[in-house]
Formats: sequence, structure tokens, C-alpha cells
Amino acid sequence: MIWSKEESLPRKELEELQLAKLKAVCRRVYDRVPFYKKKFDELGIKPGHIKSLGEIRNLPFTVKDDLRDNYPYGMFATPMNEVVRVHASSGTTGKPTVVGYTRKDIDTWSDLIARCLASAGAHKGDIIHNAYGYGLFTGGLGFHYGAEKLGATVIPVSGGNTQRQILIMKDFGSTVLTCTPSYALYLADVAAEQGVDIKKLKLRVGIHGAEPWSERMRDEIEKRVGIDALDIYGLSEVIGPGVSCECIETKHGLHVYEDHFLVEVIDPESGATVAPGEQGELVFTTLSKEAFPLIRYRTKDLSRLDTEPCKCGRTCHRMSRITGRTDDMLIIRGVNVFPSQIEHVLLNIEGLEPHYMIIVDRKGALDELEVQVEVSDKIFSDQMKKLDQLRDKLEYDLKDFLGVNAKVTLVEPKTIQRSEGKAKRVTDKRKL
Amino acid sequence: MKVKQISVFMENQVGRLAEMTGSLGQAGINIMALTVAESTDFGVVRMIVNDFEKARKILKEKNFTVRETEVLAIEIADQPGSLASVLKTFSENKLNVEYMYAFVGRREGAIMVFRFDDPDQALKALKGTKVKVLSNEEVLALTK
Repeated sequence: MIWSKEESLPRKELEELQLAKLKAVCRRVYDRVPFYKKKFDELGIKPGHIKSLGEIRNLPFTVKDDLRDNYPYGMFATPMNEVVRVHASSGTTGKPTVVGYTRKDIDTWSDLIARCLASAGAHKGDIIHNAYGYGLFTGGLGFHYGAEKLGATVIPVSGGNTQRQILIMKDFGSTVLTCTPSYALYLADVAAEQGVDIKKLKLRVGIHGAEPWSERMRDEIEKRVGIDALDIYGLSEVIGPGVSCECIETKHGLHVYEDHFLVEVIDPESGATVAPGEQGELVFTTLSKEAFPLIRYRTKDLSRLDTEPCKCGRTCHRMSRITGRTDDMLIIRGVNVFPSQIEHVLLNIEGLEPHYMIIVDRKGALDELEVQVEVSDKIFSDQMKKLDQLRDKLEYDLKDFLGVNAKVTLVEPKTIQRSEGKAKRVTDKRKL
Repeated sequence: MKVKQISVFMENQVGRLAEMTGSLGQAGINIMALTVAESTDFGVVRMIVNDFEKARKILKEKNFTVRETEVLAIEIADQPGSLASVLKTFSENKLNVEYMYAFVGRREGAIMVFRFDDPDQALKALKGTKVKVLSNEEVLALTK
């Protein structure tokens, strides 16, 4: 089912709508966000000058560091007393990235998620098992409000307490599952351990995102959980989940909600737009957001656009699954982790040299993070308890700072490879 | 009166201990006392050797992480009750033992290595007692 008529507007009408909104958002950021006024002035751009969509290429990019430099509220385009919600996600160093929403923004976002749920075939009367994390993370509350907008019944289970989740799924009769793809498989594992055949429950469809996953993994989820498994994409800076979503008719490419987001694909090195259908970095300009509008935000996610008409009837273009990143960011159990964050924690310990290796693996369904740290003379102690305390402190600090559990392994010096130039800090053993 | 102990950090892997002690043996260093404290992924090897500086040099060359710690070598009668008696003296003087282990060699009695939190404080406290703390020379003489 198609929730909003904008999803199937004729291209010409859609593009006219986009142009009108682009002019408005440029006006908005120029007048209200000092960062953008400065950038526009430097480039000699006046908001009133924009006459066609192609001219977006003249506008400046926005990158994550710009958000960090304006932490926490420097990029907001509305006074704080109009911001009804803030969310935050991982930053590359100490500070998180903060985003904000007006009442209307929350409504826009809820509508977008309702579109995603509808494109998965969900409807009023469905019971939505929302296992995305509630809190500062945009997943939990994003889906929650969207499910309520749709008119369905939402169970706000959030993450964790997996054994109880199986019980709830069974007894409450959940029909739609919203969670990360790895958690879907984990639920299947735990259900099996409890002697529950998850395939026999009422679950019919799942919408999975917040981490990259493959077709192979989709097949596994569909087979083991007994549902259609759809991909959803988003990032807090742009709005949260709901920027794009697959349709149940084709399950091939995610429809970008182009009436709210202007999408471009660029060459990450040169910044030039790539040829149609070619892979590149996704860049989004928000067309509707009031509190936190962004012009040409570089996501560092790699994808490609497909402009072929889709048999579902939607006219908005599809993007492929995310095929990689242009930076070294990791996603572990749905949480963004930057190696530089780990380095930040390690360097806080006196005497600890930054010779470390981050090892990511997935032995069962869930990601495991291990940080190997070399023990130098300075931090070595003859007392076992001091070494145990050091390891425990590192594990505690990492969990506190990153939001994910990491196992710390102390290793002998010079066992972690040295390299000329940029050190290889991450070994990702996962085969997604 | 304080003896230098050398501790080495070691990953809990087959062959590491052999490699480390092999390096010492090749350099002609004699191990007089040794203990291994283990954890899941790593261990700490503590040793009293006949040439501390040489041992440290050899191990550093082989990229081992080492540390110097001051411990006390104490001679106790080799008979039942003598260890308990010495430990009682420690507790009467409020001295906490972090860890302990035995020497290979002996004199009249058995020789134990004790690691105290503050070796100077321990020495001071033990001065007025019957506990026989060996000097460095007495310890090195064991190696002949």
C-alpha cells in the first residue's frame, strides 16, 4: 500500500515540488543558520538565485565535522523553545552529534515511517514489535511514532531482554517486527533455545536497518524467522530512519522519499556528481525539516541510484543497499563506532601507548567487539590484580563511552602490526 | 636487604614461556626463584635471577615487557609451623603479603620471597622481630 500520494507523483510534478522546497530551505538556512550564511556568502550565492534543481551543485556541502564544530545547537534553524525533541548519535571523538525536531518535524518523520510500514504491507490492526533501541537513538522513537501514525498497535519492547521478547511476541501476537537485521537472527536463535518455533508465530514482515546487511542475510532471516524482510535506511542527521525503504512488491532497492529529501550521488574524492547508476557517496538535502535543515549532507555511505520504474507504482527513485563507507566507521549491533573514539578512551589511561587493534567478528547472530592493547613497560605491573583492574577499567570506559560492550585483551608489545603511514587499526572478520 | 625481582608479561600461548626462559638460559643467566601467575589470556612471570641487569637487557632485546620490583627474601626453618609463625609476625605488624613463592636453593632453612605493598615499611617493622631477612649478598651466594 502507498501511504502518501507524493510517493507516486509524476516526475515532473515531483521535481517542481522539490525546486520550490529547495528555494525555501535555502532561504531558511541563509536567514537563520550563521554557518550557512557564511558559506553561501563565501561562494557568492544568494538563496533567490536558485532557478533549477541542477544548480544544487553550486551549493556547499555539509560534513559531520561541521556539526561537531557547531555542537550542540549551532546548526538549529529555530529557537530552542520550538524544538520539542533532540536525538544524538555517535561523533568521531568525544562529542555526540545532536539533532533537533519541531512539532511539525516530528509529524513529517512519523509520516515517513508510516510510509515505510505501509510499503512493507503493514496497516491498522497490525501489532508492531518495535525492538529498536529507545532513547537518544532515533530508531526506537522514530518507529514508535510512525507506527502510531499508521494506526497500528505498537509494543515498545526496545532492545535487550530477549527471552522476554519471545514471550511477548508469542502472547501479544506481534505481526510486524522492527529491529536490526542481526537482532532478527538473534531472536530466532533465542526462540529456538526456548523451544519456540518462531516461524509458527504470527510475524509476517520485518523492517530492518541501522546496520549494513546483505541479500544472503535477507534470505537467512526470511527462512529462519518466516517473514518478508525489508531494508530501511536513514541517519539521524537527515532525520533518522525513514529516508528510504524497500517495497514488499519487489524488495529490490529502497525508494527514497524525494519530496522530503533531495538525493545526489557523488564521487567521494572529487565531489562531482557521478553518472546515473554509478556507485558513489550519498548526499542529502532536507527539503522539509524546520529545526535542523541540512544542505548537501555527505553521509559517507556508498550506494547507487536506480531510476527504472518500479512495479509497486511509486515514482520516487530507488537507492541500492549500502555497499560500504568512505571512512572507517564501524556499525556494531546497530551502534556507530569510530576507531578514533576507541583511541580517545585508550589515551586517557596514563602510560598507555596507542598500539591497539580493533577486532570485529560475528560468531553467532550478534557482533562482537574486541580491543587488543599492547602492554608496555610503563603500564605493566608485577601484580595480577593491577592488570585485571586496568583491563576492567578499559572495558568499563569503552562501554560507557561507545555504548557497546567491548572485550579488552592485553597483548605483548610489538605483536600489533606497525605500518608505514596510516596504521591499520581495524580487523573486520564479519562476512555480512 | 631488598632483592630485585624481574617480572615479565606473557600471553597465554604455547611456547612463550619456553622462549623466554630459553633466552635467559642462552645468555648464561641462572633463575633462582620463579612463579607464574595466570589469567585467561595472559600471565605474569616473576623471577629472581643471578644477574638482574643482564636479564633485563636480554628480555628487552627480545621485545618482552618487563618490570623491576623490590621484594624481601626471608629464611624460615624448614619445619611444620614455621611459615605460619612468620606470617603471624607479619600480621601483628600490619604487613600485607601481596604474593609469595619459594627459592630453588637453600641455606639452613627454606627461603621464601615475599612481595609487600611497601618493602621499606616491611623492613622497618621486621627489624625488631626474629624474622631473618636475607641481604643481597646472602641471596647471590645461593647461586654458587
